[in-house]
Amino acid sequence: MRLTAIAAAVTLVAGVAHAESHSGAVAPEDVQYGETGAVATSLSGMPGDAANGQVVFSTKSMGNCVSCHAVAQLTDVPFQGEVGPELTWSGESRSEEELRGIVANAKMSFDGTVMPAFYKTNGYIRPGNGYTGKAAEGDLPPILTAQQVEDVVAFLLTLKEQ
Amino acid sequence: MKFKAMTAIAALLLAPAAFAGGADDDVLVINGEIEMTTKADAPAHLDGALDQVISGWHFRADETQQLETDDFENQGMIFVDQAIDQWNTAAGSEGKSCADCHGAPEDNMAMVTATYPKYDSDAGELQTVQMQMNECRTERMGADPWKYDSGAAVNMEALIASVGRGTPVQVAIDGDAAPYYEQGKEMYYTRYGQLELSCANCHEENFGNYIRADHLSQGQINGFPTYRLKNAKLNGVQSRFKGCIRDTRAETFSPGSDEFVALELYVKSRGNGLSVEGPSVRN
Ligand code: HEC
Ligand code: HEC
Ligand code: HEC
Repeated sequence: MRLTAIAAAVTLVAGVAHAESHSGAVAPEDVQYGETGAVATSLSGMPGDAANGQVVFSTKSMGNCVSCHAVAQLTDVPFQGEVGPELTWSGESRSEEELRGIVANAKMSFDGTVMPAFYKTNGYIRPGNGYTGKAAEGDLPPILTAQQVEDVVAFLLTLKEQ
Repeated sequence: MKFKAMTAIAALLLAPAAFAGGADDDVLVINGEIEMTTKADAPAHLDGALDQVISGWHFRADETQQLETDDFENQGMIFVDQAIDQWNTAAGSEGKSCADCHGAPEDNMAMVTATYPKYDSDAGELQTVQMQMNECRTERMGADPWKYDSGAAVNMEALIASVGRGTPVQVAIDGDAAPYYEQGKEMYYTRYGQLELSCANCHEENFGNYIRADHLSQGQINGFPTYRLKNAKLNGVQSRFKGCIRDTRAETFSPGSDEFVALELYVKSRGNGLSVEGPSVRN
């Protein structure tokens, strides 16, 4: 777990998504969504890391999922949101493929959903430079990297009735 | 479609029970005498969108709500006092004060906040209260315009609101105001920024829900300017809009822009029927 903690810290410091460099990664525009919005294979070509996924889930500059979703297992994270459904049982109610599709672009699973798309780079109206309120300079990276998506999915898969 | 139906059921089953949610049932009376309408049947033009319109006051904590019930506790009134001094002080090359032409604010300004933004046919444009005040400053007083949402402008706007408290918001959206209303409405439902969120996503579909630590209201503006505990000053409507759009990871608009003037009319019209409440207290 040591390594993961360091990796998480590094990501925290960076604060923004970095393009995936290794060959196995699927670019945001190449993701294949099934009929119901599921995505069959890992976006990074690597397995996800649940501990890092928990950090992505709870950190504002990354997934910030906790602003909309409550997760009973995250006992030390205050003020969990309720705009989206509670995810305490996601590891039982959803498959890995479904979860990957929902995190990458939830609009493919739920028409017009309020949930943002985390692995997408275009089609935005007045995209900004993070939370500065200023215009984005050039193309935006996706909010999460392919690996961060996999990490969050791995974290969600650990969420089961205890 | 199977997947989506399943989701709906899952969402029902998983619905969080831990939060109280929704608007509370408290009643707002200011200084023991001004009875405020903080919930009203939605105006006809909101058919299909909302049944009831609710002041942001109902979504705040009891201690915050309490501060608004008494002008001695409402810190926003300190800024209103500053504006009263300004109202009576001559400024500009004509050596005139607001009072020279308008007398006492309570006598002549009581209907202003309830009816603005308003189309001004001489100016040929929709005007917010701040634009109208700047018209007086530049064209009648020979004074510099106030910067949009600057302290002086927002404080004076709060003085004008305060003498209209209790009056139902009743902005016109037809006639010459109609194109501004349509532009504002279009903006209200546009999903801005990298998070692709519209005003409606948060303030129409999710009012009553918590988003992180924030209890979402309907984003009404009957209570503006608002005194926020967060920054201990009065805050203008359009600066609030600016912040909400920025938080969707979008390129936002500036206070005083044509876009925000139109949006102000539209959002204000969503509160037609609610009492003018400014300066209100929010967190
Ligand atoms: C702005 C609010 C918001 C944010 C931020 C958000 N979600 Fe969601 N999420 C929703 C909503 C609303 C739904 C319900 C889908 C629908 O029917 O529209 C949802 C649905 C889901 C579901 C499906 C639940 C089920 O089983 O039906 C999962 C899983 C999920 N979100 C995970 C995440 C993760 C992981 C993140 C962060 C990377 C995240 N969400 C960020 C609002 C949000
Ligand atoms: C020289 C006289 C004069 C001075 C000084 C003056 N105004 Fe005015 N004001 C007017 C006139 C005339 C109107 C009506 C203009 C119109 O209908 O377009 C007006 C209209 C207004 C209105 C709109 C009233 C309504 O019922 O729609 C507001 C608000 C206002 N003034 C605020 C101010 C403030 C604040 C000041 C001081 C900073 C000020 N005025 C100074 C002459 C003046
Ligand atoms: C991501 C969700 C979100 C979006 C999108 C959003 N807001 Fe907000 N807004 C908030 C939160 C959170 C608050 C503070 C709590 C509250 O009053 O709802 C707030 C507060 C407000 C308030 C202050 C209400 C009061 O009574 O003090 C107004 C007005 C407002 N928003 C208008 C808008 C408008 C107009 C838009 C669209 C341009 C918008 N918001 C988009 C989350 C959002």
